[in-house]
Amino acid sequence: MSQHRTLRKALLGLSLSIVFPFAANAADDTIKVGILHSLSGTMAISESTLKDEMLMLIDEQNEKGGLLGKKLEPVVVDPASNWPLFAEKARQLLSQDHVAAIFGNWTSASRKAVLPVVEELNGLLFYPVQYEGEESSQNVFYTGAAPNQQAIPAVDYLMNEVGVKRWVLAGTDYVYPRTTNKILEAYLKQHGVADADIMINYTPFGHSDWQSIVAQIKRFGSQGKKTAVVSTINGDANVPFYKELANQNVDAADIPVMAFSVGEQELSGIDTGPLVGHLAAWNYFQSVDNDANYDFIDAWRAYKKDDNVVTNDPMEAHYIGFNMWVEAVKKAGTTDVDAVKDAIIGVSVPNLSGGAATMMPNHHITKPVMIGEIQDDGQFDVVWQTPSTVAGDAWSDYLPGSKDLISDWRKPLSCGNLNVETMKCGGADVGK
Amino acid sequence: MISRQLIHTFFSVLLLLGMALSLAAHAEDSADASQAKQLLEALDVRSYDAKGEAIKQLAQSDLPQKGEWLEALRDGRLQRQKDGGRFVIVESDQGREWPIKDAISGEELGTATRRDLDKVRINNQLRSQLQGLAATADLDSPDTGRREAAAKRLIGEVDETTADSVAVRLEQETDGDVKARLRTALGLYRLEQGEADAIDTLRGSLDPAVRNALRPIAAGDGPLADEARTALNGIEQKLKFNRWLQTLYFGISMGSVLVLAAIGLAITFGVMGVINMAHGELIMLGAYTTFVIQQLLPGQPGLALGLSIPAGFLVAAAFGIAIERGVIRFLKGRPLETLLATFGISLILQQLVRSVFSPLNRSVVTPDWLQGSLVINDALALTLNRLAVIVFCLIVFTALMIIMRRTRLGLEVRAVTQNRTMARAMGVKAARVDILTFGLGSGIAGLAGVALSQLTNVGPNMGQSYIIDSFMVVVFGGVGNLWGTLVAGMSLGIVNQVIEPWAGAVLAKILVLAFIILFIQKRPRGLFPQKGRAAE
Repeated sequence: MSQHRTLRKALLGLSLSIVFPFAANAADDTIKVGILHSLSGTMAISESTLKDEMLMLIDEQNEKGGLLGKKLEPVVVDPASNWPLFAEKARQLLSQDHVAAIFGNWTSASRKAVLPVVEELNGLLFYPVQYEGEESSQNVFYTGAAPNQQAIPAVDYLMNEVGVKRWVLAGTDYVYPRTTNKILEAYLKQHGVADADIMINYTPFGHSDWQSIVAQIKRFGSQGKKTAVVSTINGDANVPFYKELANQNVDAADIPVMAFSVGEQELSGIDTGPLVGHLAAWNYFQSVDNDANYDFIDAWRAYKKDDNVVTNDPMEAHYIGFNMWVEAVKKAGTTDVDAVKDAIIGVSVPNLSGGAATMMPNHHITKPVMIGEIQDDGQFDVVWQTPSTVAGDAWSDYLPGSKDLISDWRKPLSCGNLNVETMKCGGADVGK
Repeated sequence: MISRQLIHTFFSVLLLLGMALSLAAHAEDSADASQAKQLLEALDVRSYDAKGEAIKQLAQSDLPQKGEWLEALRDGRLQRQKDGGRFVIVESDQGREWPIKDAISGEELGTATRRDLDKVRINNQLRSQLQGLAATADLDSPDTGRREAAAKRLIGEVDETTADSVAVRLEQETDGDVKARLRTALGLYRLEQGEADAIDTLRGSLDPAVRNALRPIAAGDGPLADEARTALNGIEQKLKFNRWLQTLYFGISMGSVLVLAAIGLAITFGVMGVINMAHGELIMLGAYTTFVIQQLLPGQPGLALGLSIPAGFLVAAAFGIAIERGVIRFLKGRPLETLLATFGISLILQQLVRSVFSPLNRSVVTPDWLQGSLVINDALALTLNRLAVIVFCLIVFTALMIIMRRTRLGLEVRAVTQNRTMARAMGVKAARVDILTFGLGSGIAGLAGVALSQLTNVGPNMGQSYIIDSFMVVVFGGVGNLWGTLVAGMSLGIVNQVIEPWAGAVLAKILVLAFIILFIQKRPRGLFPQKGRAAE
């Protein structure tokens, strides 16, 4: 009988440990790392990859002996592509699980939802995706590109190297494309582009009928001046967009499309044969010829047990962000948020393209900017690159409201939006 | 004897001479080969500027293979073997095993795969440079399509050095389309020289270069400007007509997508009265069937697409029948519960696909004959994939009409929906009719998925984007009326495409929705309400 009972207990314990794998070893000898990426819903297509990548990075760090003599322990939650749920899950991670840092978010809308929570509970958030700028929080580290690390250099490339005179700014209708296009419009006008030579077009999420918009772009591009499309079209809508471009014979040599949200992963859903020559601007491409990159790709493929999985720019951002956090924790000797926040500024870690990324006082990092042309194997070929890395700028120099603002979180200044004209710190209200 | 010696000497001399000659020829051969190798090596560098220089040098050289190389380079078929570094030309990149030949000697080297070869890459600038180089050569091509493309590229590029040769070419040309292009190219050049009668040759041309050339002239004064203005007006008129036709085509195309997506729902919701929120996911299943069959038949996307039509129908129909048997039949007459249950099923199906196929979009290949467009003129081109969807939509609609009107099943379906009890009393097996009707409606959703896989994303979320539109079309057209669905889908498509250019895609969608809300307020039963006994 008693034997029976122990057996039952053991079975119960076993099943419990299967159901709650983390509950079993949730002791004080681990450092918890929160992963806040959607695993279901519309954004799962992009975010689930980043969750897997974080698990791989944490595994690797643990194999190297962990951090401060403790093992790292991932805490995965699923905010299900639902912006308010992001805030709730962030609160859960910080106040229940007491994670040392959160790696997460993709869309700007979800970041804006999480922002007040991490500020209130004094957490750390590493945000890995290119975004529109105009934001600075002492609790958020932006490892993706700010507009001056992607949009502005891309437009410079088109203007100077390709000789573009007419511009179509096409985007999905939400905060990132709208702000980016506002910055680009101001930038183009400063460079003498007339109003009539700029066409701005917004489409809803998941737009699938691009016939009349592509026809419009063709018409706009047939006025005798070199025309290019700068696309901030998001994720899913790109496939039908590019298909329509190919079918209406919009050749990359005539009207190139420069995309800010199309990477290797998005292209894996398209037959890229007819798209050869269209462009994308990122800070990393899988095709970058560098040993660190090859090691990373090999590790990732081994982890996923799939020889065809691709890597992309936000993955590199997480790679950098995670390594920076590890270095900062080592430097501070503790995972205490305030100590890490101070220690991480100035930390420099290798990126995947052979250079180094440094955390700047405005919580943005230095990145090289690359322009790639789509190849028929779904990869990009880098055709242009900035000679050195570019530091991210939180507040755009081309918008009237933000051009005098700077962000510097070093003590004693500690201000996210200092107006250099008046030397006053705007406090929490500006930019929200 | 002397003569014999003489002959002997003569032959030895001849032999020696021959040897010397062949040696010299060999030396020349290897000189050629090394020059060729050098020119190719120069192409295989990282810097695109250096590549551009190398292309220029190659074009100026007198190598016999240069035409072939430039063409192969432009098409991405000039590649290099990973081991050995030999330059090869891929003769066809269809399938997995590509036949290759040596670029220098032309010797056939069997086949190679993508993994064995490194492509000599080019960028946009080099691509247009190569196209320019090809244009002059292509004018001699026996292929009319090539000649026309080359002539088109000449428009706006003719100058005093080439004008005469283009004129000669125009004399020799036999094909009407190529002639028209060449005439336009020459006319533009003569217009630049200030020849007033050149405008006559440009009248009615829809090439954008012509408009751009005429516009500054028309803005001026004098007889030439008047002439240009009338020519420009004529062109604008023609252009307007073509644009109108194009918008109509876009509208019909969008309409046919709406009709395809909605027509299955018109059966399940319209005829049977079941609110099936998983309808979009049945469409998705059809699209994934296409993907799976293409995976099973690599290299034959056309055949796979053809097979997907029956397969997509069967898969979606099977899922539909399972949903009907498993859930819906227990909820008869309880629309709210049906709505909730089928919504749950839609989530389950989405997550199922996510788990089986990954949350990423899957790539469905469009066969070559569905790519590109049917070019009517410079301002009007009908994209082939959408043309195919329009035709497919009409075929499906006709077939469905025949089933409903002319077959025993159609008769029984109509009988059961009008009066279930009476139909059963007459010996109709109502449960069987339910299964078949729901299977039919679901199967047609699967067909819509097969068609949509050629137009848009194949991913777990694709169904969600069509469910609202489908209900909208069915309600607008009049519940239970297939003709209504056709008319409603087409008219919503056209209205949307007419509004979109000036209101933008977001506003167009809102306006169409607002219009439907107002319309339903006025006529709650839609465009073509059911009349008589069928109405209740």
